[in-house]
Amino acid sequence: MTITAPGQAAADAAAAPVGVQGRGPWQLAWERLRRDPVAVVSAATLVLITVAAVAAPLVAHAVGHGPDDQYHDIGVTTAGLPVGPSRTFLLGTDNLGRDLLVRILYGARISLLVGVVATVAATVAGVVVGLAAGYLGGAVDVVLARFMDMVLSFPYLLLAIALVSVFGSSLTISMLVIAFFSWAAIGRVVRGQALSIREKEYVEASWSIGSGPLRVMFVDILPNLLAPVLVLATLLVPAAIVFEATLSFLGLGVPPPTPTWGGMLSDSLGFYQVAWWFPLFPGLALLATTLAFNLLGDSVRDALDPAARRAGGGDR
Amino acid sequence: MAQRAGVTDEVLLRLDGVVKHFPVGHGLFGGRDADAVHAVDGVSLEVHRGETLGLVGETGSGKSTLARCATRLHTLTAGRVVFDGHDISTLSRHELRPYRRQLQMVFQDPYGSLNPHRRVGSIIGDPLAVHGVTAAVARRRRVQELMETVGLNPEHYNRFPAEFSGGQRQRVGVARALALRPRLIICDEPVSALDVSIRAQILNLLADLQRELDLTYLFISHDLSVVRQVSDRVAVMYLGKLAEVAPVAELYHRPRHPYVAALLSAVPVADPDLADRRERIILAGDPPSPIHPPAGCRFHPRCPKAQPRCAAEVPALEPRTGDGAAHPTACHFPVEAGDDLRRTAVVGR
Amino acid sequence: MGRFLARRALFGLLVLWIVSGAVFLLFFVAPHDPARLIAGRLATPQTVALVNHRLGLDRPLPDQYASFVWRLLHGDFGYSYYSSAPVGQLLASRLPVTASLALGGAVLWLVVGIGVGVAAARRPRSLVDRGGAVLMLAGLSMPTFLVGLLLIYFLFFRMHLAGITVFPPGGYVPLTQDPVGWAQHLVLPWVTLAAVTAATYSRLTRSSMLEVLGEDYIRTARSKGLSEDRVVYRHGLRSALTPVVTLLGIDVGTLLGGVIVTEQVFGLPGLGQLAWQSVTTQDLPVIIGTVLVASAFIVVANLLVDLGYALLDPRVRPS
Repeated sequence: MTITAPGQAAADAAAAPVGVQGRGPWQLAWERLRRDPVAVVSAATLVLITVAAVAAPLVAHAVGHGPDDQYHDIGVTTAGLPVGPSRTFLLGTDNLGRDLLVRILYGARISLLVGVVATVAATVAGVVVGLAAGYLGGAVDVVLARFMDMVLSFPYLLLAIALVSVFGSSLTISMLVIAFFSWAAIGRVVRGQALSIREKEYVEASWSIGSGPLRVMFVDILPNLLAPVLVLATLLVPAAIVFEATLSFLGLGVPPPTPTWGGMLSDSLGFYQVAWWFPLFPGLALLATTLAFNLLGDSVRDALDPAARRAGGGDR
Repeated sequence: MAQRAGVTDEVLLRLDGVVKHFPVGHGLFGGRDADAVHAVDGVSLEVHRGETLGLVGETGSGKSTLARCATRLHTLTAGRVVFDGHDISTLSRHELRPYRRQLQMVFQDPYGSLNPHRRVGSIIGDPLAVHGVTAAVARRRRVQELMETVGLNPEHYNRFPAEFSGGQRQRVGVARALALRPRLIICDEPVSALDVSIRAQILNLLADLQRELDLTYLFISHDLSVVRQVSDRVAVMYLGKLAEVAPVAELYHRPRHPYVAALLSAVPVADPDLADRRERIILAGDPPSPIHPPAGCRFHPRCPKAQPRCAAEVPALEPRTGDGAAHPTACHFPVEAGDDLRRTAVVGR
Repeated sequence: MGRFLARRALFGLLVLWIVSGAVFLLFFVAPHDPARLIAGRLATPQTVALVNHRLGLDRPLPDQYASFVWRLLHGDFGYSYYSSAPVGQLLASRLPVTASLALGGAVLWLVVGIGVGVAAARRPRSLVDRGGAVLMLAGLSMPTFLVGLLLIYFLFFRMHLAGITVFPPGGYVPLTQDPVGWAQHLVLPWVTLAAVTAATYSRLTRSSMLEVLGEDYIRTARSKGLSEDRVVYRHGLRSALTPVVTLLGIDVGTLLGGVIVTEQVFGLPGLGQLAWQSVTTQDLPVIIGTVLVASAFIVVANLLVDLGYALLDPRVRPS
């Protein structure tokens, strides 16, 4: 053993080189995800849609049509019907002569905003409640778990309609309603995970070295339950988007004239026989967005748990 | 019988009538029910400084529960735990902190006892961080020292548990237990989950560490041959109570409790001729449920020497006279030299 | 076992009570005026007051709630503000429509979902697996109304243009009156429901089957020389279907409460359409009736699923 001078010991920060940087579960999952073609394509699509949504005002400016501008002269036929795709209106117009392309891009904003924000809110609420229930156990758990069961027993579309018709329709109300009906699903999963992780030996080990409850919760339990939460959240976003579209379709979403995909589809009902583009393009936009999220969610699940992909058949 | 160097008579850990019951069943909203699992039902034990006390028992005997009571991972239903003269039975988590530094545990499952999301350097350094002992930089140095001590490459500080083998992970567990320089380490089946070839390495490591660092071990296992190798004294548990406590050589050559005798007869013997000649004592029936333990001596339904008195009166753990050795045994009719237990093995009720 | 059931049943009742209370409260918290709606826009204030009085809406809130609960416990759902018909009767008349829709759709999505799931599990990562997954996902990603609209467009409108009228665009014909007509009118709604729901079932079946097919007893069956078909269907499917049955129970329970969107799109006079109508007309008794019925179905379904689960898997049974 070498004898170091007193002053040198303090300056001797690097004892031995820590050369190898290990790869933890998240890094491995990320690499699996990166190599999955479906995931890459879905993610790229979503990025594209997001960029398009953000750039909506730019596009509106470029084509010279606002989302609410009604062009009674060139946007509507003499019979009062929408005009098809042309050089002026790249995706055609709706029944009020509004540029469909611009409206779809603005509609993307609503869908993405509601979908993501509602899901994030639901996830945060679900994780907090589920963690509290699973970790604290006892009376707290009983009450919280029952409460979550109760929320999951509500006929949610029905109640959503009731709530929105009572409080009026708006962006905030839509987000709140959707979040309210999603958080319990996450909460239940988190609770189940917390309950089982609590029994693991590494949690016991943490206790035995003297860790306090906060440390155990955030260092030991939380990181290990995030994986299923992430998968669920990624799959909840498209559900939220569909929910919002349904609300808009029923006239209970964000009020007009704000363009929403559901609203556009609802408007197109009376014209689909003569204006195929009117329902088609918003419908495609909606489908592309939700499909991309769903495929991405599946890929995230596969990346986080490769066991799910393995062929059945034992050791073949 | 000569003691191993380093073993003293000074009592480091004393368990006094420790009882631990787990309630079972629940009412409408989580109420209590009469039933309870009698995991540990009155165990008194002393661990001397410098020794290795082996604690043996089959699954359900309560040995792991006892270990967790000793480290206060469970709260006691009754009884006392006295560590180095201090009664730690009812201390709060905060008050327990200083004792946690001296009393550590090594766990059984190398795959479950390490958080898969943390690097091993961080895991080993956890005790140091929790007790605010050192700054991050010096902490890393100490961790790397520990890694070397247990035979791991310090350059692997930033690796994750998944990148190590079972034996190496167990070394990480040992390093973590050593971080705060404890005086007593409770090893809960530390080698049971490892391959036989690796076991020897870990056991040797533990023995070396004991010598170098003046450690005391409470070594828990269900494997009699492992316990024989490492222990100075051995205590045997059955269904929540102690059956027999003896120095290792005495226990293995002259067991006095019929249960222990039966267990030892089943230990595999290497020499096939010897094995052929040996006769196994086969106990009838399965161990009864810990929710409704038998009255009197818990072993009496399966005991080849059972008498009416055994069903009525609980035998105390005390030295027994008679032909055999005189170490504490909880039996009314301990095994004498010349007893043939096979002949009298009764079919269990 | 009895205690377990009693506990779950009690809890279910609690849920129903809370849900009805919530709806009741909601109605009174909101700015609303059903009396005005009924009386009509041109009605004088006196008329409105009269209607209010007739409906009992001018009584203090706790009063209204008390009589509401009392009547409810006697099975009296009251009378619709809008049509004056007894709510119970309204609900009962609509139920067969929703039931036909929900159950028929369930059969269809089960067949498709389980079929695709099993096929995918037998050949993981293959074209069947991947293709099936994408197809199912496409259905799952679309809102119900969109699927309905697409089906109407392609299978009614375009075919109609071509002179073929097999599928009507909507409406309902009771089974007892005309079985063929009944089915004809329900085919498109069934396909709509199934398209949106099959994906969940195919995914669940697939993952459940994969797990089961990896078990040792399956390997034993194969090594005994049984044909792959027999192994999969007779041995594997049985255990794999447990989570599917659980989900089915809950889904059907939820749907029986009313398939709002599909009924709207296809003009089916079921509970869903009734619910929608009642909300737009602020018809409180009907709103409460439909919400209660829907919640009741969900609660009962959950109970049955728990029961079935406990029966199937002895480990689940509480001691």
